[in-house]
Amino acid sequence: MTALTTERAPSVSSDDPRLKDRSTARTYLALVVLLAVAAVLPFVLDEQTETVAVRTLIFAIMAVGWNLMSGYGGMFSFGHAAFFGIGAYTDAYLLVEHGISPWIAMVVGASISAAAGTLIAFLCLRYRLAGAYFALATFAFAQVFLLVVQNLDFLRRTEGFNVPLLTENSWWMLQFEQGSHFYYWIPLAILGAGLLGTVAYVNSRSGQYVQAVRDDEVAAASLGINVMRVRLVAVAISCAFTSLAGAFYTQYYFFVGPEQAFGSAVSVNAIVPAVIGGIGTVFGPVVGAMVVGPLSEWIATVLREPPPFLEFLQGVTGLDVAVYAALLILIVLFMPKGIYGTLRDRFRS
Amino acid sequence: MTDTTTSPPETQPDDGKTRSGRPSLPLLPLGIVGAVVVALLLVYTVGGKDSGLVTQSIVTGLLLGGVYALVSVGLTLIFGVLGIVNFAQGAMLTLAMYLVYQMVDAGGIPVYVATLLAIPVMFLFGVLVQAALLNKLTMADNEEGPLLVTLGLSLLIVNVLLMIFGGRPKRVPSSVEGSFEVLDAIVSWERLIAFAGALLVAGALTLILRGTSFGLSIRAVSANTQGASLVGIDVRRIYAMTFGIGSACVAVAGGLMVPFLSLTPTVGEQFTILAFVIVVLGGLGSVKGAVVGGLVIGLVQTVGALYLPGTGSLILVFAVFVLVLFFRPQGIFGVKQ
Repeated sequence: MTALTTERAPSVSSDDPRLKDRSTARTYLALVVLLAVAAVLPFVLDEQTETVAVRTLIFAIMAVGWNLMSGYGGMFSFGHAAFFGIGAYTDAYLLVEHGISPWIAMVVGASISAAAGTLIAFLCLRYRLAGAYFALATFAFAQVFLLVVQNLDFLRRTEGFNVPLLTENSWWMLQFEQGSHFYYWIPLAILGAGLLGTVAYVNSRSGQYVQAVRDDEVAAASLGINVMRVRLVAVAISCAFTSLAGAFYTQYYFFVGPEQAFGSAVSVNAIVPAVIGGIGTVFGPVVGAMVVGPLSEWIATVLREPPPFLEFLQGVTGLDVAVYAALLILIVLFMPKGIYGTLRDRFRS
Repeated sequence: MTDTTTSPPETQPDDGKTRSGRPSLPLLPLGIVGAVVVALLLVYTVGGKDSGLVTQSIVTGLLLGGVYALVSVGLTLIFGVLGIVNFAQGAMLTLAMYLVYQMVDAGGIPVYVATLLAIPVMFLFGVLVQAALLNKLTMADNEEGPLLVTLGLSLLIVNVLLMIFGGRPKRVPSSVEGSFEVLDAIVSWERLIAFAGALLVAGALTLILRGTSFGLSIRAVSANTQGASLVGIDVRRIYAMTFGIGSACVAVAGGLMVPFLSLTPTVGEQFTILAFVIVVLGGLGSVKGAVVGGLVIGLVQTVGALYLPGTGSLILVFAVFVLVLFFRPQGIFGVKQ
């Protein structure tokens, strides 16, 4: 408490990065340029690389969603598989059992996901489960979802859902011939909307408030911020957006099972890109996804014709995850702001 | 099971700082034990299951719970002293099992001797992890950092084991065969040894914490880090030793369990979350709580499996967890925050 009274009031000068009217405009501009560049990539990539790019986009969407709640909101989620899975299963269930369009399923899934996330976060925050405690509570909830799905008949237990194949392209059913560029452009559009939305949100009143709560909850509350409400808003947006990645996953891979949707590896896939790229930054999760997404592909390429000193690694499995686990540890220890966050700070100073 | 001992959330004040546990703390553990006994009696009388089957599940559950308790004791000790939730606890358990497996398989050492040999190795591993990876973050009071590092560590251990040993299940040949009967329930010697060993280690640990000056230093750091360092305790050293002891616990647990498990790199994964549930149930930082919690969760899992086979009984475990989290987040033996 004494620290509060002795601390100097923050001075606000006109070139303070927190007054980011100009820098926000620049961020929007950078985003639009980047998205435009990314949009023409399919014309130069071969089919194999495009598959990797789509996977990277799915990683990026999850990480952007995770980042909203955990980076900007400061509520560390270890269970984002729950929301990815809700998106994936809502899509699969509505499509397979009722023939409902994935676009509608996305809206339904996002709503369910937001509701579930808000409820879980409310229950946790009500008792001030903070930090590691909150993280593990969310992890436990994701496990509960996994177990429940594995034991429910109408969700086909451990069998999962296969998406029925159509004979022709259909926008309404979100299904195209194999290798179609739409499979790249659709997640790119979702990601773009998410990034633009992130910028808009973090500059909005609610977004500013939730960052204030993250930095100092007591101070924020004493300024009259409704702590619970702004946090739940962040959680709802984060969970809804993450579920879109799940819905697209089902459509792209034509199959979803409990482990692919709710497994703890999925939660890790949402966390790792954001941490590697930079927590609480707009571009961090995308940068991280661009590292993590192609990583297993790179490693597979290296192992196909290994240099002599790596020959002993030929034919082993697990190396890709081991490498990104090591990367995660190193980043947390030596670059706590992530690749993008560290570079940004260097250029600013 | 727990609803008899908790008050509805509405009556509690909103502020977590003033929210207090019941003044009569000793009654609560007794109440929990009573509730468990009553629940088991209900299963016998109106559960509609063959009573021999129920006895068997209770015996199995208690024996399993002993080993759960040992894994959780390590976790709770690390949390109590360092404030770190060690996400790699399960992976370290797997590592210890492979260590024992390797000694038995390649060196021909009997499994329980190998377990004894694994203890100092895992202790050293824990000390190194804390000193090299975690001390800086722990000293900086960073809460998410250690969680992420231990998550990375857990992925690293599991996948390096996968690279070395492959995914195919391994078995350790048992050195103590056979079983005996208690009240119509079959008890294998291996599981009984695991149970006894686990409780022995938990007891020894309690004695060390209570009776030695080293234990006193650990408790001092746990209670007040700054104060402890002011009176001359080397906090970094205590941190490293505590993490070492936490991993020595899983070395014992791993060695005791390996005779009756089929060994894969992911076998420890479920133990992380189970141990966490147990520790929350017992009260974060309480060794006693970890033992009681371990036994309760072991029972819930095996007796629950009578009604919900397969992975269904794990749902019950998580149901207990969610109830505890929302009605008594400090756990059975926990002190109010």
